[in-house]
Amino acid sequence: MNRSATSFSRPQLSSFKTLHHFHGGLKLPGHREITASMPIRQAELPPQLIVPLQQHIGAAAVSLVQVGEQVCKGQLIGRQAGAISACVHAPSSGVISAVEDRPVPHPSGLQAPCIVIDTDGMERDSDEQYPLLDYTRLTPDALCKLIRDAGIVGLGGAGFPTQVKLGCGKYDIKLLLINAVECEPYIACDNRLIQERAADIISGVHILQRAVEAESCIIAIEDDMAQAEAALQTALQQDGNNTDIALTRVPEIYPSGGERQLIKVLTGEEVPSQGFPADMGIICQNVGTAAAVHNAVVKRQPLLPRIVTLTGNGLVQPQNIEALIGTPVSHLVATAGGYCSDVERLIIGGPMMGYAVTDDNIPVTKTLNCALAVTADEMPVPPPAQPCIRCGKCTEVCPADLLPQQLYWYAHSSNLDAAQDYSLFDCIECGCCAYVCPSHIPLVQYYRHAKTEIWVREKQLQSSDLARQRHEARLSRLDRIKQERAARMAKKKLALAGDDSRKDNKKAAIEAALERVKRKKQQADSTPGNTDNLTPAQQQLIDDADRRRRQQQEDRNS
Amino acid sequence: MEFKTYSSPHLPVADSVRSMMQRVLLALLPGIICFSWLFGAGVIINLLLAGITALFAEALVLWLRKRPLATLTDYSALLTGVLLGLALPPLAPWWVPVIGSLFAIVIAKQLYGGLGYNPFNPAMAGYVVLLISFPLELTLWSAPATAPGIIDTLLYSFTGQLPTGDALDALTMATPMDAIKTRLGLSETLSELQGSPLYGSFAGAGWEWINLWFLIGGLWLLQLRVIQWQIPTGVLAGLAATAFVFYAYNPDAYSPPLFQLFSGAAMLGAFFIATDPVSACTTPRGRLYYGLGIGILTYVIRTWGGYPDGIAFAVLLMNMAAPTIDHYTRPRVFGQGN
Repeated sequence: MNRSATSFSRPQLSSFKTLHHFHGGLKLPGHREITASMPIRQAELPPQLIVPLQQHIGAAAVSLVQVGEQVCKGQLIGRQAGAISACVHAPSSGVISAVEDRPVPHPSGLQAPCIVIDTDGMERDSDEQYPLLDYTRLTPDALCKLIRDAGIVGLGGAGFPTQVKLGCGKYDIKLLLINAVECEPYIACDNRLIQERAADIISGVHILQRAVEAESCIIAIEDDMAQAEAALQTALQQDGNNTDIALTRVPEIYPSGGERQLIKVLTGEEVPSQGFPADMGIICQNVGTAAAVHNAVVKRQPLLPRIVTLTGNGLVQPQNIEALIGTPVSHLVATAGGYCSDVERLIIGGPMMGYAVTDDNIPVTKTLNCALAVTADEMPVPPPAQPCIRCGKCTEVCPADLLPQQLYWYAHSSNLDAAQDYSLFDCIECGCCAYVCPSHIPLVQYYRHAKTEIWVREKQLQSSDLARQRHEARLSRLDRIKQERAARMAKKKLALAGDDSRKDNKKAAIEAALERVKRKKQQADSTPGNTDNLTPAQQQLIDDADRRRRQQQEDRNS
Repeated sequence: MEFKTYSSPHLPVADSVRSMMQRVLLALLPGIICFSWLFGAGVIINLLLAGITALFAEALVLWLRKRPLATLTDYSALLTGVLLGLALPPLAPWWVPVIGSLFAIVIAKQLYGGLGYNPFNPAMAGYVVLLISFPLELTLWSAPATAPGIIDTLLYSFTGQLPTGDALDALTMATPMDAIKTRLGLSETLSELQGSPLYGSFAGAGWEWINLWFLIGGLWLLQLRVIQWQIPTGVLAGLAATAFVFYAYNPDAYSPPLFQLFSGAAMLGAFFIATDPVSACTTPRGRLYYGLGIGILTYVIRTWGGYPDGIAFAVLLMNMAAPTIDHYTRPRVFGQGN
């Protein structure tokens, strides 16, 4: 497969002329022709837009609006929270009718916080005037800020906030790689985008190149996208300031559109398992992202619509549709002519890595590139899994050079340490192994499950570590207090025992006091007290009293 | 509306165990035809007895284990029976394939947990049990193309009744490999033996063609990617290289590599037996070592061992080593250092 690259226009990038290959991969039936030849259709404005606050990797955006508030098209309605996050904008004008949890595109059918806008159909723009800028005069930092404020994330599917990935001067970037390799079957939104808006993409590429100050730039395109390639070539030729963008064709092998795989194909180098392309001086961006960057910087428009491939035999009119973010998938399905009667499965994303959803009442997000409605004929119910016969076909096709059957064995038996030892977390979940498995084992499902279990276990480990630390701290504190008290007591005891004379003094004092009390009591018994210095009248009263007492005594005696 | 959900990937499956086993059985056909053409109806009787017993035994154990009988249709039990049947001499009495097949399926396969869980190649385990228990019956090879007719063979197989006027000794003869080994040991030179009827065009008489057809079937499997190149290449390279070393050292005392490659069960072993995925290594590099080990051991057992062919013992010995080899031959993961 080591064939030489077909480079067009100005091939200064001599070092990238030879293509390399990654291990494994699959040649899959394309199914892209269903929609790749039809122009992108604009979806009608839906009555309601449901804008999730989290459409990217990182922290969810924080809502800036209240229910009942009027919003304009492009108004910031969710600000980014933290370093790795992205903001969201109102895709159209209208009234906020709810800020609440709604079903979002998610493998488990989860609900997540969304801002719901009842559209008014006016498409009112904000009054704020954004001056048009000449980006060639802006610094990389300023460009990154513009990209951030437009809420741009990687539109290829992962949804990593673009400004974070660009790094704003944090990395020393040698190569900017524009990914136009749409390797999953059925998906053709990037293909159409290139065919129709190649000039926008080239402009976006220039901006990105300036933002990361990359020495060179390659646009990599799959070798079965001839029309898209021609469009890019034309745009490159017409592009005035094009000096250093090369166009390279890569063989159509799934998953060559994966970032790590594509970098391997073009440079022969592997992104370190725990590292990022930026560590190697490479930044990879999707063509859709490049077009969005052009809109953000040149037209000063935030990321509001995206192109979604609506395809599969389960749809009456499959096609690529440009829809506002927040548009319900059901609305797009209606635009695509509705479902055929025998539709059975709705897949969000491609047929290899996408997830099947139970309901189409979910909004388009920044990363939703495809909604695939298929019939049972097209994708039959998978046959029941049989025991693994260790045939090794999975190993043959694994683009991460893993041993999928061993991983399956360990994941199946919940031997998570061994699974990690066999590099479970290097699995990119591309699905090649499960696709070729003659025993029809849902391998990817096992790996996802094992990964989740490991995450849960690590979280529990962290919290139990914390609890243990607290418990140990408490024990040592109690121990310390006990010891301190014991030390104090001992000291006191020692002090008391060491001073005998003081003890005798005390005894003597007590005895003296007792003596005094005794003496006092004797005196009080023998003589009447308080009889000195009496007045004659008092003496008279006393004498009278004594006489009466004597008289009474005599009366009693007689 | 409520859609059905399944785990990714969603594209329809590309292959099945059943169709893989089917293709292996198909690939065996040319060799089987050649084998039975040279050695007569006994080959087919062995295959039928071993195959039917294997299916019956598998069904019985599945029923006892309360497992779905549908797994019978994956052809894995039938393949085990067929491979065992191919290893047996055509004049073996009927109970030889039956006992071998029962042992292979019930003990070597199902008692370990059934398909996918057996550490040893079931067909070879069954064969080795027969070889150790009934050494005499396992030498009942006829000379190529002199086999008795189908009626006589059936009669002999089930009743032990020899065709009238024949002695057992007259019907059977040692395989070329065995004979050449014995006679090289009696200090005849290889060049003398090469002139004898034991020697065909380039290897053991008759056997060279059987091996050639198994080779062709095996190459077809490689092309279909049902098997991968590492194990067959390893086996054949290990066998040929070891044979070459000794042949180069003393060409009169040791048989040449080509003879080794096209005699006995070399091709059947390399492409169909050693490649049993369940009991073999699974890492790409490990499979090469595993194959090399089988090739070298086969030569050693063939040349200095007490048994006529070494494939079965070599395979079982390497089965034992497979987990260890796998452990030490893990591929370098993408993006990780060496």
